[in-house]
Amino acid sequence: MGILEVKDVGKRFGGLQALGDVNLSVQENTVHAIIGPNGAGKSTLLNCFVGKLIPDTGSVMFDGQSVLGRTPYEINQMGISRVFQTPEIFGDLDVMENMMIPCFAKRDGSFRLHAFERVNDEKELVEQAEQMLIDVNMIDKRHMNASSMSRGDKRRLEMAMCLVQEPKLLLLDEPTAGMARADTNNTIDLLKEIKEKRDITMAIIEHDMHVVFSLAERITVLAQGTPLVEDTPENIKGHPKVREAYLGEAH
Amino acid sequence: MLGLNNKDFRFLLIVIALTMATPILLQPFPEGSVMAQFNAGYPDLMQRFAIFGIFAIGFNILFGLTGYLSFGHAAFLGAGSYSAVWMFKLLSMNVIPGIILAIIVSGLFALLIGYISLRRSGIYFSILTLAFAQMSFNLAYSVLTPITNGETGLQVTLNDPRILGQQVAANGNVPPTNLFGLEMGSSFKLPVGAWEFTFNAGYYFCAVIAILAFYLSLRIFRSPFGLMLRAIKTNQTRLNYTGLNSRPYTLAAFVISGMYAGLAGALLASMDPLAGAERMQWTASGEVVLMTILGGVGTMMGPVLGAGFIKYFENIFSKINENVLHQWFSWLPDGLENIVIWVAEHFVGSGWHLTSGLLFMLVVIFLPGGLVEGGQRIAAMFKRKKADDDSDDAGHHPKQSPHVAE
Ligand SMILES: Nc1ncnc2c1ncn2[C@@H]1O[C@H](COP(=O)(O)OP(=O)(O)OP(=O)(O)O)[C@@H](O)[C@H]1O
Ligand SMILES: [Mg+2]
Repeated sequence: MGILEVKDVGKRFGGLQALGDVNLSVQENTVHAIIGPNGAGKSTLLNCFVGKLIPDTGSVMFDGQSVLGRTPYEINQMGISRVFQTPEIFGDLDVMENMMIPCFAKRDGSFRLHAFERVNDEKELVEQAEQMLIDVNMIDKRHMNASSMSRGDKRRLEMAMCLVQEPKLLLLDEPTAGMARADTNNTIDLLKEIKEKRDITMAIIEHDMHVVFSLAERITVLAQGTPLVEDTPENIKGHPKVREAYLGEAH
Repeated sequence: MLGLNNKDFRFLLIVIALTMATPILLQPFPEGSVMAQFNAGYPDLMQRFAIFGIFAIGFNILFGLTGYLSFGHAAFLGAGSYSAVWMFKLLSMNVIPGIILAIIVSGLFALLIGYISLRRSGIYFSILTLAFAQMSFNLAYSVLTPITNGETGLQVTLNDPRILGQQVAANGNVPPTNLFGLEMGSSFKLPVGAWEFTFNAGYYFCAVIAILAFYLSLRIFRSPFGLMLRAIKTNQTRLNYTGLNSRPYTLAAFVISGMYAGLAGALLASMDPLAGAERMQWTASGEVVLMTILGGVGTMMGPVLGAGFIKYFENIFSKINENVLHQWFSWLPDGLENIVIWVAEHFVGSGWHLTSGLLFMLVVIFLPGGLVEGGQRIAAMFKRKKADDDSDDAGHHPKQSPHVAE
């Protein structure tokens, strides 16, 4: 049993079958990549995990519980954090404030009226947040306004915000899309570091083969809404069907 | 101290000092001098500063922190006034029960309106609040006449039961509003040379409550709750995917600001025991929006400054009439004098709204951060000459929305 079990998931948009009978299992403590050509349904699939879309058929079980019909914040509280294609951070707040919010969410749940405490009195949470910033090499930027940082730093911050919650599953939707080579390599290094420092399960959608083959332990290839193959990176590289459907186009 | 860091505590002390000294500070010109008409140190106006300051401080908790722009907060102001007057009619002329009931009633009322309006955001939220407030206004004006006394407005009369207090005062009138016997209208006049300062019980009562209201909002700004509200303004998507439900946070902010409005309404009634439907009209809702923006959205002092600014100019400008203008411009040649006065009189008296509109435009265009930004710019000009240290001014002025901060 994987931590994320996707069974027979189907999703139609009008006349378009975006997903059809997707079966997928993400094992604990692995990096699982989902690749596929444009329009294959990767983002649609990911959106079914986080409460943004509800599939027409099938089930998505996380940690033994169904996520279908739950809101994004409930799913996050179950232990799934998500990194967006364009970094979603709190632009008007400084880096440390950005980090404190997920810390509070993790400790206090989805709502608490803590109007008479002070943010800075929460020593334990402040420490957690600072430790995480040290881990991602951003501690010197902790008083910086988040919107004034480079895109690479915003991505770093977003990942730190997700990781400080110690999610059971981290979802990444094209974390390097639109990035320069240097930023892409930085992101790969960051993810590798994270992987070394702690046990973490990641599901990553990616176009960039370099990224996929540097990180993934399992790869699922999606084409026209259905999984073509699922295997280790070595086997995927040599797989004739995959070359034909995907790699042939990409290179 | 008091759960505040040193900087905030100093800030609070300054606010307290200024508030307590207001009757002196706002009376800079000697009695009988030409400039005396610009004095603002009389009870009625000072009470308004404190009361509308409270209204704006509360409004800023919603609008300044979450960015949700309500166009219906006057409904809570009105509800507060009606509740207080009812307490004056039924219980006694002591202001405390009226204030307590007003806060409860406006809080419940805000819970209802907020619960429905917050299903939408942005412009739809604003329109919903506006619609609710106009509905409340119309209800107060006609349907709910037994409670609100319709267009005449709710007043205290000699026939009211006032079961805990006097029905009729010794002089045969309705007894005055009071705080355990201290009459709100009572004043102590202190002549100092050519000056005369008025220390009014009603003002000081409002001022103490305003300080409490300010302190409370300072605590909210610095709390995790306040942080969440600011996060809502910045990026709700991220907030939801971070495991936080934004709805109860915005609703709590809405209810808190509604209670502030109800408190302000009760104080208005405590200073002058009547309540009318016009207090709920959309112009009154718009006024608090203007105060907040004029002073500086999302800053601690901004709303108070904005409220003071608007109430001051409303009072002073609307007092100036043609005669006063003639006095001012009598040194001009006759023909020119008449032209100047013809132009100027459109901007004073009942035409004061023209002036306020212009001022508002100027501030929004040249000082998008409001009066507080103006103050910061002036302070920065002086500071630049001094050390470049101490640049961390953000303490008092939590981040503003990007278009305001730039
Ligand atoms: N909300 C929607 N309404 C209608 N059609 C949609 C919607 N979202 C996605 N689609 C369609 O579903 C198909 C799958 O889209 P999806 O975004 O999941 O692909 P993808 O694999 O993420 O592609 P890319 O690599 O370009 O990001 C596409 O044909 C897309 O046009
Ligand atoms: Mg996509």
